[in-house]
Amino acid sequence: MRDRFSRRDLLKASAALALGLPSTRVLAAAPPATAVTPALIEAAKKEGKVVYYTSVDLPLAEKIAKAFEARYPGVAVRVERTGAERLFQRIGQEYGSRIHAVDVVNSSDAAHFIVWTRNGLLAPFVPEDVARHYPAVHKDADGLFATFRIGLSIIAYNTNTVKAEEAPKSFADLLDPKWAGKIVKAHPGYSGTILTATFQLARDLGWDYLEKLGRQRIMQLQSASDPPKKLALGERAVQADGNEYNIFQIKESGGPVEPVYAAEGTPLVIGPNGLFKNAPNPNAARLFQCFCFSPECQQLISDVGGQRSVHPQVKEKAGRKPFKDIKTMKEDAAGVEKSAEEIKARYSKIFKV
Amino acid sequence: MTIAVSDPPARMTHGFDYTKLVLYGFALVLCVLIVLPMSWLVYYAFVDKDGAFTLRNFATLVNDPTLLDPLITTFTLAFSTSLICCVVAAPMGWLVARTDMPLRRTVRLLVTASFVTPPFLGAIAWELLAAPNSGLINKVYRIVTGADADSHLFNIYSFPGLIFVVTCYTFPYVFVLVANALERTPSELEDASSILGASTWETARRVTVPLVLPAILAGALVAFLQAMTLFGSPAILALPAGFHTMTTKIWSLFQYPPKPELAAAASLPLLILTVILLRAEHTILGRRSYAVLGGKNSDPRLIRLGWLRWVALAMCFIVLLNPVFLPYAALFNATFSKVASQFISFSNFTVHNIHFVLFELSATKLALYNTFVLGIATATIGTVIAVVISYLTTREAVTGHKALGFLATAPVAIPGIVLGVGLFLSYTRPPFVLYGTLWILLLAFLTLAMPAAYQQMQSAFKAIHPELEDASRILGATRLKALRQITAPLLRTSVIATWCFVFVGTIRELSAAVMLFTSETKVISVLIFDLNESGDLAAISVLGLIMLVVTSGIVALANRLRLGGGSVRLRDN
Repeated sequence: MRDRFSRRDLLKASAALALGLPSTRVLAAAPPATAVTPALIEAAKKEGKVVYYTSVDLPLAEKIAKAFEARYPGVAVRVERTGAERLFQRIGQEYGSRIHAVDVVNSSDAAHFIVWTRNGLLAPFVPEDVARHYPAVHKDADGLFATFRIGLSIIAYNTNTVKAEEAPKSFADLLDPKWAGKIVKAHPGYSGTILTATFQLARDLGWDYLEKLGRQRIMQLQSASDPPKKLALGERAVQADGNEYNIFQIKESGGPVEPVYAAEGTPLVIGPNGLFKNAPNPNAARLFQCFCFSPECQQLISDVGGQRSVHPQVKEKAGRKPFKDIKTMKEDAAGVEKSAEEIKARYSKIFKV
Repeated sequence: MTIAVSDPPARMTHGFDYTKLVLYGFALVLCVLIVLPMSWLVYYAFVDKDGAFTLRNFATLVNDPTLLDPLITTFTLAFSTSLICCVVAAPMGWLVARTDMPLRRTVRLLVTASFVTPPFLGAIAWELLAAPNSGLINKVYRIVTGADADSHLFNIYSFPGLIFVVTCYTFPYVFVLVANALERTPSELEDASSILGASTWETARRVTVPLVLPAILAGALVAFLQAMTLFGSPAILALPAGFHTMTTKIWSLFQYPPKPELAAAASLPLLILTVILLRAEHTILGRRSYAVLGGKNSDPRLIRLGWLRWVALAMCFIVLLNPVFLPYAALFNATFSKVASQFISFSNFTVHNIHFVLFELSATKLALYNTFVLGIATATIGTVIAVVISYLTTREAVTGHKALGFLATAPVAIPGIVLGVGLFLSYTRPPFVLYGTLWILLLAFLTLAMPAAYQQMQSAFKAIHPELEDASRILGATRLKALRQITAPLLRTSVIATWCFVFVGTIRELSAAVMLFTSETKVISVLIFDLNESGDLAAISVLGLIMLVVTSGIVALANRLRLGGGSVRLRDN
């Protein structure tokens, strides 16, 4: 036991050193990395299930669940999917009534992890893959969470109704009167992806931009996975925001959609995974967390789900614009945390819902 | 004569009357069900965060345009819906009750079908039909007329669209009231008019319509109330269109950061208005008694429409296209097609959606289980409570029975979403922490089901003359024995019908459930609502059709019992 302990520490120290990071806090606070051992699998099987609250699109969430169940028979995954902001409120409400239902959480609003950390709700736990392969910016110094997925909130259009040369190239293009009544977008009061994206847009382009967009007779949806679906149905021609990964999924299965990476930069959304201290199934939660960061699962969410993975062993699917070639906006979870309430209030004034 | 004498002494000779204990027991249950959540609601509306008295919540309500606009929208919605319902449903009710139009029973059955369709499901189906670009109807319109890709016939994501969908699922209330009133109206009055030389139409205009007017007014009020307190349809159609109604606003006040005090304050106007409108309805219906003067009625006289009866039937079916045929066809289409907005074709056909819902979606099993457990529990407990209270009130078995009747009817005045807010405030804190369990949903569903269950059982009890019980008691049976041997067998069909009614009402409830569920206590209606937010229309269609199958099975069972059993004969009004 003692032996493994020091070996893990050594591993992490060298990883941190290799990345040239201020590593003292990592060493001091994060627990040693955990590998999947037969003992852990046994303990998880005894609990029999794990409850996963996630804001990732439902079919993908269920695919992750099925892959886990196939890998570790005897441990069932119950997926609870809703928008990140709804999840955050749900967990707050449940913990307020001392209901501890959630084991593992994945939110597309990284700011939530700041709040949960501050309130001491998360359990420190570092899967081996995270310790070994994840850069420091994508893992919490205290080992409370790490980036499960990276998403982009992108502009996209329906190829049946919009010709490629007429498609919008930038956020500014969306203000063109020709798009009035033809744009669909999701809601920051529901979706963490959209809250994060709205924060970055308001910061980089100004609220003025959103006010002008609000006059374009927008079709207002809730989840960031919905605009791509409405686009595919042909309900609207253009999405002002929405998940890149749904666009990939639809496009690759033959749907009439095409992504656009805006000239101003594309909002970048980090979706971490974390474990709750009061998880009802702590061992299954650990096993699930290990699985989530394994190359197997990360490749799955990239291939099938269209997510951007941090895991260096994951190969990006051909035909998608490589992540490194995309101009992204700067992610700032702390900034979102500070202004979330204001963003939501201001947004509902502008868009009336 | 003996009866009148024997009853009171029976009560006096016993040192202790157990029925009294039952009365107080049930009064207590009803108080907890209704008074507790409503008190918390009022308390929250009038205090600030530190618990001091304040009117600031109401000031915010009036001054904040994001709160005031929904209030105005809601009134416009309720008023328009109510008006259209009367215009559409009253003639239909008349056709079914008073004319020789063919297929009258079928029309009635189809109205029942729209009655039991959850309004949120209807709204989602109408999204599939009349979304401006992807809606099936608009697609057909463009193909038929050759109109360009931007034009559309209907836009369901609009205020008129919302009024239309709400009307689709509200008009049965008016229809039932009018049809029943017409069936009860004695034809002697009309006969008298004919004998005095009036033509058929003149009789209809000068006798029948005035007689049925109170029922129409009452129907208008009920429709107004329904539209005002509805949550599902506005949540699905109003948000994409960019506006809120009062109910969706209350619900959105629970988004992070939650503002329960504002939600409570916003709930109170709905509650007060409901009480006022119900009083008005009571007054109107109370005056209606002149309509049934004349004692035993003969069968209503059917007006001969001649060839017009086919036109009438066609009109009825055109109306029924909207709440029943088109929506279910759209759900069916979406269930079996790869892209929800395309018609089923050889290349588009799939059973993947069904597979996804039944085998991949991990929430389905739990939600189905919860829904049925709650449906059965609510129906069973609700029926038992309704039977006991109806017995106590109709037989006037104990003093204070009137208060009991009032308490059982009071929840009519509580909109589902308001009750949800009240229950949430009551049971998320000690001493009763029920949030997160099925119990809190059971309480909500029981409360919401109580008025209808009570009214059904009460009319069943009223129909059984006390003579029968009294005869049994004179022959030496105790009160309980008389109940078991005489009343219970006579009531059996009514009890089963009430049970079915409550069950169907419970499994489609959304507005209270959406405030009270947790991940472990999700029900089908909430699951459908969640799926709608991420646009998984195919999965919704599958779940919707499952609900349809279950509901129609139960309704068919109830209808069978009612027709075959003795309860119909016992109702002589």
